[in-house]
Amino acid sequence: MKTQFKRTPVLKDCPTHYCPGCGHGIAHRLLAEVIEELGIQDRTIGIAPVGCAVLAYNYLDVDMIEVAHGRAPAVATGMKRCNPDRIIFSYQGDGDLAAIGTAEIIHAAHRAEQLTVIFINNAVFGMTGGQMAPTTVLGQVTATTPEGRQSHGEGYPLQVSELLALLPGAIYVERCALSNVPRIRQAKAAMKHAFELQMQGAPGLSLVEILSPCPTYWRMSPSDAMQWIEDHMSKVFPLGRLKDMEKDER
Amino acid sequence: MCGNEALAEAAILAGCDAYFGYPITPQNEISAYLAHRMPAEGRVFIQSESELAAINMVFGAAATGKRAMTSSSSPGISLMQEGMSYLAGAELPAVVVNVMRGGPGLGNISPAQGDYFQATRGGGHGDYKTIVLGPASVQEMADCMLLAFDLADQYRITVEILADGLLGQMMEPLTLAPRPHRPLPAKDWALTGHAGGKQNIIRSLWLGEGALEEHNKKLQAKYRRIEENEVRCEEYRLDGAEVVVVAYGIVARIARAAVDQGRQEGIPVGLIRPITLWPFPSRQIGRAADTFPVVLTAEMSSGQMLEDVKLAVAGKAPVLFYGRMGGGIPSADELLGQIRELTLSKKQV
Amino acid sequence: MMLYEELVIAGFGGQGIVLAGKLLAQTAMRAGLEVTYMPSYGAEVRGGTANCMVIVSDKPIACPVVCTPNALVICNKASLSKFAPRLKPGGVLIFNRSLIQSVSSVPDGVEVLGVPAEEIAIESGSPKCANMVMLGAYLGKRAHLSPEQAAASLPEILAERHHKTIPMNAAALRRGADFVLCHA
Repeated sequence: MKTQFKRTPVLKDCPTHYCPGCGHGIAHRLLAEVIEELGIQDRTIGIAPVGCAVLAYNYLDVDMIEVAHGRAPAVATGMKRCNPDRIIFSYQGDGDLAAIGTAEIIHAAHRAEQLTVIFINNAVFGMTGGQMAPTTVLGQVTATTPEGRQSHGEGYPLQVSELLALLPGAIYVERCALSNVPRIRQAKAAMKHAFELQMQGAPGLSLVEILSPCPTYWRMSPSDAMQWIEDHMSKVFPLGRLKDMEKDER
Repeated sequence: MCGNEALAEAAILAGCDAYFGYPITPQNEISAYLAHRMPAEGRVFIQSESELAAINMVFGAAATGKRAMTSSSSPGISLMQEGMSYLAGAELPAVVVNVMRGGPGLGNISPAQGDYFQATRGGGHGDYKTIVLGPASVQEMADCMLLAFDLADQYRITVEILADGLLGQMMEPLTLAPRPHRPLPAKDWALTGHAGGKQNIIRSLWLGEGALEEHNKKLQAKYRRIEENEVRCEEYRLDGAEVVVVAYGIVARIARAAVDQGRQEGIPVGLIRPITLWPFPSRQIGRAADTFPVVLTAEMSSGQMLEDVKLAVAGKAPVLFYGRMGGGIPSADELLGQIRELTLSKKQV
Repeated sequence: MMLYEELVIAGFGGQGIVLAGKLLAQTAMRAGLEVTYMPSYGAEVRGGTANCMVIVSDKPIACPVVCTPNALVICNKASLSKFAPRLKPGGVLIFNRSLIQSVSSVPDGVEVLGVPAEEIAIESGSPKCANMVMLGAYLGKRAHLSPEQAAASLPEILAERHHKTIPMNAAALRRGADFVLCHA
């Protein structure tokens, strides 16, 4: 029988600790496929965040480091500047990148660091028990917004990608989602482009935001979670390419 | 050259690959100096957006096997404590320079020694140590920097150079020469991109049952090795001394003048100057306490190293203290006054 | 003869106090003497008071902090009242007579010397080199280093873009020393 689908060699042969229906498994797989297809496994260094993906180094078979909450873009800066021929990526959640690490991601983009950032937005703090994230949408119930997030007092969902796209040092920003197969394919294409830019030595930071389901803390089934991204989340966080200096110039 | 510049040039000489820092007085001469010297040598210099970012840039550079450093002053060093704890957990070699100023809070920009506890007790969260060097001259600012990178690489540890505003700003003649070569272990743990098909992981997270305790035992064994091998201190005019002053950094220089003056007046007084503040020269001070009746600790703080001196003396002699705080600098005359009083009260007994 | 000179130079920020101190330190180092130099450093960038402490000795120097100087070079009035009371008996006080009319609160047994620094500086080419006149006067008085030795260190202390002022600064050093030799 012909093999239709197999593990990519950049993913290790082990089960993940993620909840059923979680988007991290899909995102890891896409990342691993991109690294394999680009042939950069032997010169890539990855940075794992604090958050559910803290153990990403157990699943991705590339050199990896686990760093303090939110600081990945600063760590990545230190790595890339000292090793310009290596491909450096950070993999960060919404708490990591959009709350505690806001300064680091803004300034890495502002300095036009040649990095690739994979930003997983699931609108909630998963690892610590489903608290409000900066990207939690209005009305969304979390452990710390039991009545649903109110703009007055709890603020509006933070659109970091739009913010970053304003900076000249961010050369490519795209928001994707994992809510159906075409969107997953698009997410992979975006990731691949973000890595290619770094490989070409493009002069700035590339970021792919991925709207990703968290059925556990959204308190819904995996399929409902996918639908919730389509119906609610992508209304607050519109999908598409926010900036591509390369293509915009053409 | 001022102390800060001497230290910066020594970093170049030590083969520092990358410097990351955020401006703060009184150490700005370090970054200003390296801003032109590092690029001129084809090395990395970044003015970061914060001390948090600076220490994490060091973390990233060190993880790839490069020699990396940062410098700051007290308030900025507080911000770096998170990163320093991660460096300790991940066992990455790094050099951090603290040109101390008055505190707490924003305090002032005068020289002080109020960060001794923070430096020698670990500083951040968790059970860890950093090697702490306390230079006392412009020459030693340079020498400590050269030594710091070697120690950091040998033990995969952070080395903190604990100076103060006075040492940073003052100028003295200086001779710069590379240290004799010290054989250092290969950095086969570094992240270089899957070298030889083997994945390297650097982390401070140990979730498995008992894994973190094992990791801590390994760290502690390393710290014991450092205590065994890396203690450094200077003993000055201890012959026949009845009072021994213990002081580090710039205060040791002031104490030295007081000791010289005291000896001229016929007072038998000597000085022990810890150069490594961790590991602390407890054995040397303990030995001294066997022979000398009185120990006087002098600091620009309310008495922090004092606790280590008391532990070292272990009740064998009275340990007295003289200190100034908040940027106040003790004078040689003030110290000599203390020494005179001690010798007088001893004679009365 | 044993040399142990503890000097404080003090004045306004902008008077070239730090430069004069650095030049003396550099000159002493080139002459093979032991030396320490310590500037005061304030939060303000312009204005305010500036001072520096220089110790020159023929033996290693223990403490770089000067509490009781045996020489003072004082360029403004505020510094006079701050430092003059600390002067050691037998010490020397050289003050800028162009800016300070009268000198009081000086300890007994101190030699006091007024130098019309601004006037001599203008004669030398610019009022900006009053600091060099004051340093020259000090060197003329103490004589452990010569104004010519100090002038020879100028290229190492002045930024490259100011090197055209070296002859003028050298002249100011000499005139300061000459003033002391003629009037003291």
